[in-house]
Amino acid sequence: MTSELDIFVGNTTLIDEDVYRLWLDGYSVSDAVSLRVRSGILEQTGATAAVLQSDTMDHYRTFHMLERLLHAPPKLLHQLIFQIPPSRQALLIERYYAFDEAFVREVLGKKLSKGTKKDLDDISTKTGITLKSCRRQFDNFKRVFKVVEEMRGSLVDNIQQHFLLSDRLARDYAAIVFFASNRFETGKKKLQYLSFGDFAFCAELMIQNWTLGAVDSQVDDMDVDLDKEFLQDLKELKMLVADKDLLDLHKSLVCTALRGKLGVFSEMEANFKNLSRGLVNVAAKLTHNKDVRDLFVDLVEKFVEPCRSDHWPLNDVRLFLNQYSASVHSLDGFRHQALWDRYMGTLRGCLLRLYHD
Amino acid sequence: MPGKLKVKIVAGRHLPVMDRASDLTDAFVEVKFGNTTFKTDVYLKSLNPQWNSEWFKFEVDDEDLQDEPLQITVLDHDTYSANDAIGKVYIDIDPLLYSEAATVISGWFPIYDTIHGIRGEINVVVKVDLFNDLNRFRQSSCGVKFFCTTSIPKCYRAVIIHGFVEELVVNEDPEYQWIDRIRTPRASNEARQRLISLMSGELQRKIGLKVLEMRGNAVVGYLQCFDLEGESGLVVRAIGTACTLDKLSSPAAFLPACNSPSKEMKESPLVHPPSHGCRSTHNSPIHTATGSRLTQNFSVSVPTLIYTGMGSGSAGKEGGPFKALLRQQTQSALEQREFPFFTLTAFPPGFLVHVGGVVSARSVKLLDRIHNPAFVGIMGNTRSYKLLDWNSFNSDEPETRDAWWAEIRQEIKSHAKALGCHAVVGYSESTSICEEVCILSASGTAAVLNPRFLQDGTVEGCLEQRLEENLPVGCGFCHIPYDELNMPFPAHLTYCCNCRKQKVPDVLFTTIDLPTDAAVIGKGCLIQARLCRLKKKAQAEANATAISNLLPFMEYEVHTQLMNKLKLKGMNALFGLRIQITVGENMLMGLASATGVYLAALPTPGGIQIAGKTPNDGSYEQHISHMQKKINDTIAKNKELYEINPPEVSEEIIGSPIPEPRQRSRLLRSQSESSDEVTELDLSHGKKDAFVLEIDDTDAMEDVHSLLTDVPPPSGFYSCNTEIMPGINNWTSEIQMFTSVRVIRLSSLNLTNQALNKNFNDLCENLLKSLYFKLRSMIPCCLCHVNFTVSLPEDELIQVTVTAVAITFDKNQALQTTKTHVEKSLQRASTDNEELLQFPLELCSDSLPSHPFPPAKEHLESASSNSGIPAAQRDRCSSWIELIKLKAQTIRRGSIKTTVTVEKASPMGEGNFRNRSAPPCASSTVGVVKMTPLSFIPGAKITKYLGIINMFFIRETTSLREEGGVSGFLHAFIAEVFAMVRAHVAALGGNAVVSYIMKQCVFMENPNKNQAQCLINVSGDAVVFVRESELEVVSTQQPTANCQPSCPGGEVTT
Repeated sequence: MTSELDIFVGNTTLIDEDVYRLWLDGYSVSDAVSLRVRSGILEQTGATAAVLQSDTMDHYRTFHMLERLLHAPPKLLHQLIFQIPPSRQALLIERYYAFDEAFVREVLGKKLSKGTKKDLDDISTKTGITLKSCRRQFDNFKRVFKVVEEMRGSLVDNIQQHFLLSDRLARDYAAIVFFASNRFETGKKKLQYLSFGDFAFCAELMIQNWTLGAVDSQVDDMDVDLDKEFLQDLKELKMLVADKDLLDLHKSLVCTALRGKLGVFSEMEANFKNLSRGLVNVAAKLTHNKDVRDLFVDLVEKFVEPCRSDHWPLNDVRLFLNQYSASVHSLDGFRHQALWDRYMGTLRGCLLRLYHD
Repeated sequence: MPGKLKVKIVAGRHLPVMDRASDLTDAFVEVKFGNTTFKTDVYLKSLNPQWNSEWFKFEVDDEDLQDEPLQITVLDHDTYSANDAIGKVYIDIDPLLYSEAATVISGWFPIYDTIHGIRGEINVVVKVDLFNDLNRFRQSSCGVKFFCTTSIPKCYRAVIIHGFVEELVVNEDPEYQWIDRIRTPRASNEARQRLISLMSGELQRKIGLKVLEMRGNAVVGYLQCFDLEGESGLVVRAIGTACTLDKLSSPAAFLPACNSPSKEMKESPLVHPPSHGCRSTHNSPIHTATGSRLTQNFSVSVPTLIYTGMGSGSAGKEGGPFKALLRQQTQSALEQREFPFFTLTAFPPGFLVHVGGVVSARSVKLLDRIHNPAFVGIMGNTRSYKLLDWNSFNSDEPETRDAWWAEIRQEIKSHAKALGCHAVVGYSESTSICEEVCILSASGTAAVLNPRFLQDGTVEGCLEQRLEENLPVGCGFCHIPYDELNMPFPAHLTYCCNCRKQKVPDVLFTTIDLPTDAAVIGKGCLIQARLCRLKKKAQAEANATAISNLLPFMEYEVHTQLMNKLKLKGMNALFGLRIQITVGENMLMGLASATGVYLAALPTPGGIQIAGKTPNDGSYEQHISHMQKKINDTIAKNKELYEINPPEVSEEIIGSPIPEPRQRSRLLRSQSESSDEVTELDLSHGKKDAFVLEIDDTDAMEDVHSLLTDVPPPSGFYSCNTEIMPGINNWTSEIQMFTSVRVIRLSSLNLTNQALNKNFNDLCENLLKSLYFKLRSMIPCCLCHVNFTVSLPEDELIQVTVTAVAITFDKNQALQTTKTHVEKSLQRASTDNEELLQFPLELCSDSLPSHPFPPAKEHLESASSNSGIPAAQRDRCSSWIELIKLKAQTIRRGSIKTTVTVEKASPMGEGNFRNRSAPPCASSTVGVVKMTPLSFIPGAKITKYLGIINMFFIRETTSLREEGGVSGFLHAFIAEVFAMVRAHVAALGGNAVVSYIMKQCVFMENPNKNQAQCLINVSGDAVVFVRESELEVVSTQQPTANCQPSCPGGEVTT
């Protein structure tokens, strides 16, 4: 006796959250069944393995049918085939678009192209996430990217509107899209200590301040592309380190203000010129795409690592950066105050976030 | 020119990409009705076209309006080649034809293609202007309402229940026409869908005409079926019960009927005479049908069993004259009818007087080849299939099928007569076809009905007063309608444990729902008997003969199994019994489902005793005693599980002196000697009639084993196949309707009956287990209306389809009520006494005019009967007294909550419960459509019936693997069918389908060719419901208005 056909169709589509998770995690039906067995469900319910098998198959089939709709979440809301309560719809979508930290760290900033897809095998091996799940997550990134890439308006809003994600998840996707389109390098060894959250935080600041959208909300790609003009202008900041007087003045202003307030004052005083040069040079280099990509590498190399090696406490970093940004306003010879604020305001936030072990 | 149909095509969405180059579609729409077609403009390059068409107007006869579906085809415009069809929508406009239902159909419909499934949606608005309502030509029957619901629909009142209507139409199946060889599968499927739609329309119209002839205005319990006879054609047949219905005018008026506040429930005691336990007897009459009109002249009528309670005919005693009178009267009412059948399974209070037992008849027929070459010319050309054409060519064809059914119905009627009943209720018909052999089956419950519902001209005396009627609470229907001295079968009769006055059988089988007032102890449960029998492959007559030889044995075994399982559960009655016999190439399958309950009125069932044939063998003995112990344990466990604890109850009730006329007891013929003394009436321990199973061979051994292998549902789950679960009354509002299908392939070629039985049994058990597992999140819940269908699509395939609804209930409350249960039934006994006596006078005055019996008589009767006897129990045969009792009860209930089961068993939540049960899902998102096989929605009130939904779909694929194999294919298809049903309901303005049924699910596969095809036929009633929580305000504002209709004299409505 073999089961040829075995289905269950409810007027309200049954969604089992546990099975959905297993499905999303890319387990095969048989793996999912054995995982469920291990969870002790048989003992709880008195069911048999055959029942579990049939149930799992059924849910998998349902999810498979739903997947097409999940690719365009608004369709899931309007379709008539599956009657699913709104809360469940939201759950389906949210979980489908959720991603693994380990995975996103591997892909963040890479070009979402087919070439990268071939690397999924390696990522799967490296992270222990099933290939199937990697595919899903990668395809989600790519799908969201394609849809919102050239859209006008706020990136987060666009993502929310087209994929019906929660605010938090939409922000994460905005970061992913932003990183993918600017191809920031995140995979270098010295960046490994950073979490996706760190990058997402920086992305949000950069989107708010450094993109076209920050100055004009009526342009295409406004939140995705960095404001080229702004990047060009950043070259002007170079005088802060090139002009020796200015540099000295800047240093003395900062030192005066921070004397007695920093635990690492002497290290700061010793390193001021290096740090300042580092930060300003990063700005000046942003004209070139390649250097834009290395932004985070540079920040870590030029600022985070030196401070860390001197064991600056985070609070000292904060005090220093605040003072460092503010003191520029007192430099009479420097005319690009607004530019400096736009640059340093964001950078300060990023650096503070990036500064940890 | 009686009607103008207006259609507007608004927009489309989610259309498939038809042009690969642009990834877009140039869509336009063809709207067709009859032979007229309109087209919209082409909406270029969009997957979400906005046509916003003008109103397309069709001027048509109302006859066509009834027959024809509106056909909407969405196409992709192609400049260079033929336009590609995207898909179609068929809209049945019948609901627009009667005034009370929908006035407009408007909404998003899935665009359906028989090859690709649903491909986007289209927004359509449809209206009808009827110019002439007079139906001068009598060809149309616009205005007759149809209901699938097998009880009087909730917002109506039955003025007269006219009786049985049936009709069938026949046509050639397009799938088997020569042209099918040259047309595409899509064209063939569409031809079939359209034809069946046409035939259904015609059928409905014809039935409507019959109803009009009977002066009715509605058909209730409408059941339409298709017989796909293959080469010999396609039969669409329908049965139903013609009624004259009145809409209850004030919305509050029908509250008592649905789950209205408990107060009202109390005021409308639904007194249904309890039905009798039936017992199957094997030595039942064997009827051989003669002269069939088949051209091949072959027809075998199969001996059928009558499952009946044994008869006690108390006709001769005091009740006699009344009973005789009653019978006379009803007979005259019913005799005018050819078939006194009713497809209803639940009845207005007082309608059902006694229940005799299940009657069924089967007949094996050979399908005749009706191919008529002359005919092909017409069918083949491009004209639409016009049924009249066909009929004129084959005018005798429907009559042949008619004759078959007439024969069977005749048999049913005579079975009923044999049980002393003049009517059959809960009546249904079915067929099973394999190649050219067809088994026709009919079954129902023999019953004695209250004549007042059946007559014309007694309108004012009719239903308004039914509430005053009183029967012995919860037991009247159990009392045997037949003559004790003349019982067709050996049977144990005892005095009713409830009223002690009338005889009842020891077991009762019925096809109806448990009457709402029946006194039940504990909870009910689903009981199934499953059976397979191998048969040799054979042709034509030999095959039919072989089948008809097997059938009686199957019936017998199915019945034995049911009995055994019933006893094992410690119960004594079956409701909703449905026995399905399916014929396949090399086997016959029998599947009987029913809901077992313990009726307080019937004696406690005896246990099961096992007897071996070789008592000398020691180890064997040991084995036997071991088995016996196991069985006894199971019974004890089941009693606990289903909370069956009758002995104490009955004893205490018995404790009250029951003046038994001696003479009567002497007439009692049953083997039990319980008759003489009051004390001996204690049947509860009923060891005397313990059921003996003889284990004389391995077969029997198997049987015993299989008895014990049936696993009870996990805790928190209950199941039944009736509308309501006996013993559970506090439903919450969460419902989940589902369909589950399983097909298994039998592995070995040389199967034995035992292996086959085991496979089948496992299949069903596993299916149930899966359901319990899947629905575990709803615990505590009850699977209601569990409907199993078995088919044998191929040699080694068994297909089981289950449709049911899971309803959650409140466990705490359930516990409470069951605890108080016993007390309540005790109360009942005592309260009956006091109150009943007060009412006769009052009642007499207003019920007299319409009442058949002079009131004086009853007075005498009641006076003569010994004082102190609960009057309620006295004269079951006198409906007049019943009336009084009912009234008494009605009033009594106002203050004391008694008669447990009435309110309990009522499917609707009770007042206190509703508050809790209905979460504020009033705000439930737009477009949620509930579906349920039940006639009600827990925690809600149906405010409007929008019309019948009757849909037929075909789905075919030539890329089975790509669609996820057979499971993927069927899963998607069933989901699509649900979607289309919901869309139609929503377009009618409804938010639920009640009495939903999947009548057919024919699945065929050819994995080698990567192909599969499936046909599904579903029906139900589209309704609008309102959550009770939303109604609360309204109903509390007018409590007085609410109770009026349920008050005895209140003729509020009309």
